[in-house]
Amino acid sequence: MKNDARQQIFYYTALILLACMSLAPIWVMISTSFKDEVTLQGDTPLWFFFVPTLQNYESILFGRGKFDTYLLNSIIVAVSTTTITLLFGGFCAYALARARFRGRSFLANATLLVRMVPPAVLAVPAFAFVMLSGIDNDLAALTFLYTAISLPFAIWLLFGFYKQIPIELEEAAIVDGATPLQVFFRVLMPLMTSGYAVAGIFTFRIAWNEFILALLLTGRNTRTLPVAAAGFITEEGVEWGRIMAMGTLIVIPPLLFTFFAAKQIIAGMTAGAVKG
Amino acid sequence: MAEPGTKPRWEPGALTPYAFITPAVLVMLGGLLYPVVMAFYLSFYDWEIGRDLGEAPYNGIAHFARMIQDPQVWEVLWVTLRFGFWVITIEMTLGIALALLLEKPIRGASFFRTIFILPLMVSPVVVGLIWRYLFDARAGWINYYLQAWFGIEPQVWLGDPQLAFFAIVFTDIWQWTPFIFIIIIAGLQALPSEVIEASEIDGTNWWQQIFLVKLPMIKSIIIIALLMRIIDVFRGLEVMLIMTGGGPGRSTELLSLHIYKRAFETQQLGYASAISVLLIIVVFGLSLMILNMANPMRTRSDV
Repeated sequence: MKNDARQQIFYYTALILLACMSLAPIWVMISTSFKDEVTLQGDTPLWFFFVPTLQNYESILFGRGKFDTYLLNSIIVAVSTTTITLLFGGFCAYALARARFRGRSFLANATLLVRMVPPAVLAVPAFAFVMLSGIDNDLAALTFLYTAISLPFAIWLLFGFYKQIPIELEEAAIVDGATPLQVFFRVLMPLMTSGYAVAGIFTFRIAWNEFILALLLTGRNTRTLPVAAAGFITEEGVEWGRIMAMGTLIVIPPLLFTFFAAKQIIAGMTAGAVKG
Repeated sequence: MAEPGTKPRWEPGALTPYAFITPAVLVMLGGLLYPVVMAFYLSFYDWEIGRDLGEAPYNGIAHFARMIQDPQVWEVLWVTLRFGFWVITIEMTLGIALALLLEKPIRGASFFRTIFILPLMVSPVVVGLIWRYLFDARAGWINYYLQAWFGIEPQVWLGDPQLAFFAIVFTDIWQWTPFIFIIIIAGLQALPSEVIEASEIDGTNWWQQIFLVKLPMIKSIIIIALLMRIIDVFRGLEVMLIMTGGGPGRSTELLSLHIYKRAFETQQLGYASAISVLLIIVVFGLSLMILNMANPMRTRSDV
């Protein structure tokens, strides 16, 4: 009994320490974003007790930069990437899960193989393509690339969810004369909400966080938030308050997803290794 | 009751499955396969930024011949391997040890796991910015606490080759140890409890249970996690680009970052493509190993 209690204390102490280590750097960013120059120049790092200010956020949101444009760019790219990936990926995963066709296993393998293509490999050809073809819609080019990058993992996740749906439901609908497309949208879509939610979170996160391709392919008016944040480093010295405010704004959507859907995110992360 | 395997709805039009896969296949062909093929193609040409691709002289395998003798390529390969060795050894050891210690289901476990995956959700750019600040020589908190607690003189972390290397290793460990932890703990909790109980009845002690029962049973999960991390080491460049830009010198320049800098800082697109062919081969080789161990879409396909 006594041993048990001691073990409990050990577990929780260890977990709390680890949680602090995970959180501390993120908290440093968030707290720094609320500090003014004077506080930042102080001798001791202040974790909690300082006079918070919104001036960093005000300077970003209403300052000379085009924060609203960058935010809008990021949202456009992330939302369209997610929408297209879920639609195309859903179609593909459905066919892979339910149909037998020539080339099926080749497609399944190739999909997982290209999942790992390094961004550095995509960079030069993508840059070359955009330059040579004279495409002047950077955001469309980015969306296309992000969709390609996200599709393999999305297909893979959605495949698992389609496999879990009992086949009888679709058969009943077929007997009633539904076409495959009607089955896909009317019968299966409502059952797939959690699958689409998980795949959507992972896809949104890729498009929202991506930096290298966005840096290469976007110009002054088409930057996304990560590119704009990195730009703060060189433009006029390093202003940590503003940089951290920008970082905090970038981190908000992924953190919200984590708090609302941690279980699903963990399931998605572990699916590859554990189920196989 | 339909037999598994008879799938009536697909029979009428044999082309229906193809219609369903076409959009995704086209996007992946254009956005992933085309760039890879293009990288191979470009690696045979001496192409630089600002020049028309049509005017770029054909170069044969000259880039590859140069690559083999290029001390910079060998240097960044060595940096990549050293970086990979340290981060993967430490992350795997820590992640597995913590998972074994903390696997027992306890109250609040899901809350803690939520906290642990936060570093994984943060954008690499933001990770780079946070740690650049923490390691900053003047404003950085790390220097402050080292001096306050241990009396260590302030260091110029990101300006010294060895310290900068340590800094990027430390940052990677912060971000990715939770990944190993989460995967291993999921594997451990998926183990059939009968086996663990049986081993307890057989009188195995705690250490024997770990090394003779648990770890061997999750061996494939450990290997897949390991391979995924190795691939990530070869793919990663954003955190280093923000924290150090690869410097000082090339002390923190990983292979991916080197390709990026070759292409867009020294503007040698053709040569950079040749190096990226090397990267593709390494990453696809490792991916094939993972595929052989686990491809749910293949193994469960025609059941």
